[in-house]
Amino acid sequence: MARAVTNQRKMINTAAAWTVGLLIFFPILWTILTSFKSEAQAIADPPIFLFFDWTTENYSTVMERSNYGRFLWNSIFIAGGSTILGIIIAVPAAWSMAFVPSKRTKDILLWMLSTKMLPAVGVLYPIYLLFIQFGLLDNVYGLTFVLMLINLPIIVWMLYTYFREIPGEILEAARMDGATLKSEILYVLTPMAIPGIASTLLLNFILAWNEAFWTLNLTAAKAAPLTAFIASYSSPEGLFYAKLSAASTMAIAPILILGWFSQKQLVRGLTFGAVK
Amino acid sequence: MATKASRSAARVMMAPAVVLLLGWMLVPLIMTLWFSFRTYLPLRGGDQGWTGFDNYVRFVTSSSFWPAISTTLILLIGVLAITIILGVLLAILLDQPMWGQGVVRILVIAPFFVMPTVSALVWKNIFMDPTNGLLAHLWRFFGAESVSWLSDVPMLSLIMIVSWQWLPFATLILLTAIQSLDGEQMEAAEMDGASVLSRFFYIALPHLSRAITIVILIQTIFLLAIFAEIFVTTGGAFGTRTLSYLIFQRVLESQNVGLGSAGGVYAIILANIVAIFLMRIVGKNLD
Amino acid sequence: MGQITLQNVTKSFGDVEVIPPLDLDIQDGEFTVFVGPSGCGKSTLLRLIAGLEDITSGHISIDGNDATDIPPAKRGLAMVFQSYALYPHMSVRKNIAFPMRMAKMDQAEQDRRIEQAAAALNLTDYLDRRPGQLSGGQRQRVAIGRAIVREPAAFLFDEPLSNLDAALRVGMRLEISELHKRLATTMIYVTHDQVEAMTMADKIVVLRAGHIEQVGSPLELYRNPRNTFVAGFIGSPKMNLIEGEEAGRNGAHTLGIRPEHIDVSATDGHWQGKVGVAEHLGSDTFFHIHETGLAETITVRAPGEVNFRHGDTIYMTPRSEQLHRFGADGLRMA
Repeated sequence: MARAVTNQRKMINTAAAWTVGLLIFFPILWTILTSFKSEAQAIADPPIFLFFDWTTENYSTVMERSNYGRFLWNSIFIAGGSTILGIIIAVPAAWSMAFVPSKRTKDILLWMLSTKMLPAVGVLYPIYLLFIQFGLLDNVYGLTFVLMLINLPIIVWMLYTYFREIPGEILEAARMDGATLKSEILYVLTPMAIPGIASTLLLNFILAWNEAFWTLNLTAAKAAPLTAFIASYSSPEGLFYAKLSAASTMAIAPILILGWFSQKQLVRGLTFGAVK
Repeated sequence: MATKASRSAARVMMAPAVVLLLGWMLVPLIMTLWFSFRTYLPLRGGDQGWTGFDNYVRFVTSSSFWPAISTTLILLIGVLAITIILGVLLAILLDQPMWGQGVVRILVIAPFFVMPTVSALVWKNIFMDPTNGLLAHLWRFFGAESVSWLSDVPMLSLIMIVSWQWLPFATLILLTAIQSLDGEQMEAAEMDGASVLSRFFYIALPHLSRAITIVILIQTIFLLAIFAEIFVTTGGAFGTRTLSYLIFQRVLESQNVGLGSAGGVYAIILANIVAIFLMRIVGKNLD
Repeated sequence: MGQITLQNVTKSFGDVEVIPPLDLDIQDGEFTVFVGPSGCGKSTLLRLIAGLEDITSGHISIDGNDATDIPPAKRGLAMVFQSYALYPHMSVRKNIAFPMRMAKMDQAEQDRRIEQAAAALNLTDYLDRRPGQLSGGQRQRVAIGRAIVREPAAFLFDEPLSNLDAALRVGMRLEISELHKRLATTMIYVTHDQVEAMTMADKIVVLRAGHIEQVGSPLELYRNPRNTFVAGFIGSPKMNLIEGEEAGRNGAHTLGIRPEHIDVSATDGHWQGKVGVAEHLGSDTFFHIHETGLAETITVRAPGEVNFRHGDTIYMTPRSEQLHRFGADGLRMA
């Protein structure tokens, strides 16, 4: 829209948008600030906004006391593992649907999405039971597998939409050049789709990192990722705001940063291409 | 590009994904269906045999069923209303020319990336705690009595927390939709003498209707399944027990698997009704 | 070697038969052009030979071996696509090397062939660039380079020049012809442009709706078109096709005469008409003549210096030995 905008109007827009933006962001900002306060200052009345004694003590306390490293590692392992595993399974499937479409391709894609809409609680007990049967309860591998299944439809879907943008002639050229199917996917399709694969990776890592149904219900002390670790902080008593904030900040900071990179793909990934 | 060889290769390469998802769908689904027709109390006698539709009847006639339904609906409608209305306004605001648009966008989107347990816990303690919470400080500053948010107005509190998490999602999608609105169409309407309001109602809103529908459907599916926020804040107390949470309690807390499974079947049916509408829209977009 | 034989080949997409039963022989070393209007099945036919599509029935053999069920990667054919289909993430060198890498060829041999191809195609300075940094003509040459290094049994070209501008097209046409003379490898070339067909081919295959209308050398097709379709399609400007009384007088249903086989005069001649548009090309002038009573427009090619103005009366005399006679079924009369 090439419209003439007065500076005055632009200033009003800017002021309004920044006010709303900061208001929405405020809970996160406040949590981050609180994490650098002492417990006493964290609950001070009136609250102290910036001029407190900055300390990183809460971080070291959280790290020492709660075995934070293991929860963090579990989160990374589960989110990363499920995403990578999902991509390995989804790339060939998306190749098939994008480049060898049949009458059923659309139905298969929609069916895959529909599995994503199955309410988790409806199948909670069967999964719980199966996990006990196979000794997978509180096991990072079991959880990785479940989260892979949960996100597989989105991964297939996203890769499919990215692959469809690659001209089929290039893959045919590879075939004419003597490439086997494996070489075609490995040396031609995958490198060309790197940007799409990267965004798929990113978004699904975020979704898996924040998943809070199966991670809470299928883990105990051993395999618990950060979601479950944070939930364990819900004991209401005591002076713990600063430590809670430090733990929270550590749990969300990496994802906030990754998330900002993935905001464009977010729309595509979460609306299944229905909004562009 | 479609030879017999490539078609059969395609089938083979699709197989792992299809088989895994089929298993993931069918195995638990069939087990849930099976349990729902049985009296199954793992801690009190285990599987006690066939009961027909008893569990289904008991689930809907239990005293907690209708409150759970109404809680679910209140939460759903409250969050949808807030996120859609604020989302539209916010999307329009963010679409205006301004300085630092990129940064504001990032600020607005951020809550979506906060893990549910963190946002629930931070809101519960740091903001809504009746003595030390920031909101309590604020209320006292204005001389008002501080509020016990999660016990006095539990649904309002829950709706606030969940809306804060989902507002970015609605805004982002609606903003994407607004940006695809043809600027010339707006200018033409302006030339035709349409006021700002009529331009909004006759051009922008109809253009957004599809995106709004999608936001409603996707959020509905996620909101029906909401769990961690309730688990962390109230644990289902104070009338915040939604249908999903009720099923969770029946299955894992009171270990009445038969009853919980019947509830699960209801939840699956409910989600599928919403999903059908979403699939229609998505499917149309595929062609 | 590169002798390709199609026997009874058909192709259907669902219920739609795009190639009815078809036989074709392509000799080793021959430059064969498939030409026809869009949708005539020429690209499909090429893709069947390439193996990118399955044939519905029939047999394809390459050098006497049945290739019907051999995947494209194993047929030993190279293809140049309309969009060039270069690998955007690889340098020019890697693009050209790709088929040799797939064949696990010795690295030294790969380098030797790349250097050779690059020198022949004027690409030596661009070997380390990405396709995105090249002009259309250069991309085209990379695509050709990628095809020649593997020394295929035959080259398949799918409208390779249609994305180039007119000037470049003429240049590339010559380059491809020269390449053929030098390599003497079988080439099959698909185009909708009859000029390309005429200038490059040893053998032209004219296709319409999946049917082969005629096969022959450019001059055979020019001199003896088998039917009115080929007559109208080959040659530029198009052959004049005259029906009705005048055709009947010559014992035909349709009478064909090429613009270059009509002599014009301001004073007398066999036919008479009014000059419409005159297109002066310098060497030649094309007159579009109306009100002849023969057809809507008669096109005539005259030497460049001949001058008539719009609206002038013009007399035309066809060279009788160059008249083509076609029957009611459209076929050439003996």
